[in-house]
Amino acid sequence: MAKVQIVAERCKSCGYCIKFCPKQVLAIGDKVNSKGYEYVVPVHPDDCIGCAICGRMCPDGAIEVFK
Amino acid sequence: MEKIYGRTKTIQEDKVSGFCPGCMHSTVIKLIGEVLEEMDLVDKAACVLGIGCCGLHMDYIAYDNTTAPHGRACAVATGMKRTSPDSLVFTYQGDGDFASIGLAESISAANRGENITVIFINNGIYGMTGGQMAPTTLVGMKATTAPKGRDPKEHGYPMHMCEILNQLTAPAYLVRTSCNNPANVNKTKQAIHKAFQNQLDGKGFSMVEIVTSCPTNWGLDPMKSLDYIEEKMLPEFPLGVIRDR
Amino acid sequence: MARVFMKGCEAIAEAAVRAGCRFFAGYPITPQNEIPEYFSRRLPEVGGVFVQGESEVASVNMVYGAASAGTRSMTSSSSPGIALKSEGISYCAAARIPMVYANISRGGPGVGSIQPAQMDYFQATKASGNGGFQMLVFAPSTVQEAVDMTYKAFDYADRDRNPVLILADGVIGTMMEPVVLPEMKSDEEVAAIKASKQGWACVGHQLDYANRSWIQPGQWSTLKMQEANEDAAALYESWKKDVQVEEYQVADAEIVLTAYGISARICKSAVDLLRAQGIKAGLIRPITVHPFPYESYDHIDYNKCKAVLDVEMSIPAQFVTDVAVGVKDRCPIETCLCSGGNIMSRDKVIAAAKKIMEGK
Repeated sequence: MAKVQIVAERCKSCGYCIKFCPKQVLAIGDKVNSKGYEYVVPVHPDDCIGCAICGRMCPDGAIEVFK
Repeated sequence: MEKIYGRTKTIQEDKVSGFCPGCMHSTVIKLIGEVLEEMDLVDKAACVLGIGCCGLHMDYIAYDNTTAPHGRACAVATGMKRTSPDSLVFTYQGDGDFASIGLAESISAANRGENITVIFINNGIYGMTGGQMAPTTLVGMKATTAPKGRDPKEHGYPMHMCEILNQLTAPAYLVRTSCNNPANVNKTKQAIHKAFQNQLDGKGFSMVEIVTSCPTNWGLDPMKSLDYIEEKMLPEFPLGVIRDR
Repeated sequence: MARVFMKGCEAIAEAAVRAGCRFFAGYPITPQNEIPEYFSRRLPEVGGVFVQGESEVASVNMVYGAASAGTRSMTSSSSPGIALKSEGISYCAAARIPMVYANISRGGPGVGSIQPAQMDYFQATKASGNGGFQMLVFAPSTVQEAVDMTYKAFDYADRDRNPVLILADGVIGTMMEPVVLPEMKSDEEVAAIKASKQGWACVGHQLDYANRSWIQPGQWSTLKMQEANEDAAALYESWKKDVQVEEYQVADAEIVLTAYGISARICKSAVDLLRAQGIKAGLIRPITVHPFPYESYDHIDYNKCKAVLDVEMSIPAQFVTDVAVGVKDRCPIETCLCSGGNIMSRDKVIAAAKKIMEGK
């Protein structure tokens, strides 16, 4: 049981988290934050294994992982 | 459920950095903060930021910092560490800062074996000023001051700071890492940890050169800039430990 | 207190050590080499640190670092070396970091000559770096004054959190004179001074964004930058109380010599000799050349005074521009100048004064 959470305001939509997620949990969403970035959302949240690779790759500290 | 990964407390919660999407300055400052927290050194940290994009950090990091004149971070850090030996003094500099305008300060601090840590961000270009040629710009790579690309006949070749400093006797630790994939991010974090530990152990000058991207001035989106690092930057700047004493 | 016979440069260094200076970084340049040399053997004796920097630029930035960590710190150089230091000085002024530096100045622009001159007046008083910052600038005319000014400079620097400049020249730096040295600050006093700065010093603080040390030699926010400049301007305005000047035989003077530093010392003896010859001469000597004692020129009796004679070891004259602001066209200003490392002579000053008096 694991969960990934995106802090929408911190996300800049670079996509590093998406590229390196081993389970394709994440994708660029269709909503924008106050800076105008289409922030990342967990599209397959139940597949998250809590490896936190997304968080480590995220430059902006926008990802929190729970396990 | 327990939080197993989140933003380091050393980065301001209510402030989003001004760095471009995919810029690895943010990645590195995050790693520095994580290491400071893990080593319980936040209250000893004294960071000397270089000029350029490095300076954007000043607003976001929650520990002591100052900004050195362009290129002089190693000199400022020398004065700080010599008079405040209990502080963890590190510089954070880009390639223009460390390898061009600050070359004398960088090499001389390394040669004196100053007990400081240098975090050297090598993205092969001047970021803040808008994509001018750096000493680390790759041959053929376009820059706003080398519109046809770096031409060795006119501009010489990329400078390899780890290898240049490796000619000196004094430095303790010289390592080149990257942040282009999870394994390299982990290695960068380990290298920063070791470099800080060296300072605690009084081993002298340690430098972590980190090959990063500048998607904006490379004219690539963040994803393609990851490929550029792998395909172009890393063959020119091979990763690994160059010196460990 | 005992008098000792010391060379100007070494006396300046010893005064700094006695004031609690525990960090010096410098780079060799004539005629101030005795300052770094003296510090290199003296500082280790008192638990201080000397670093020979790889350049003037590096040295001043080492001082920026050491002073940012709360240590009383100093650097020194001579004219072209001071020009190189302007980067770091400007940063210290912008970041409001206290530090002291000395210019043992020499002759001419460029590399100039290595002999004494007063060619750096504008640089010292008007623009010691970019950005329109200001400093207290003291101009000693004796080795004793150089000692006393250096000693007090650290207090001024700490009071204002701003650089302070000792503007000397090759004569003051290289001649030997008997001096009375100020009291040596105890280790406890030096430690207390450092401790008093730990609140803002960049040395590490508990994780707390609001209370971290953030030494900012610039601002991203234009509003904050303007605020910082306004704060600095208010500080500079407050220096009116710090103006120091020597007025010698001015009240009844028919000719008023005006000069600073070593030229003023030469002028003072010229005043005595002129008076002995029946010419009522006086002297106005700014001790702080910034802020400048403009009001002293109001003390001249312009009904009696035929001219003010500006004496300086600078060609073209520089100091004279401030003198003119003080004189306000109330009488003519003549000049008596030398430069290039040629030292002003008393005879030359007397001849210039006599020429004016005879010609009028």
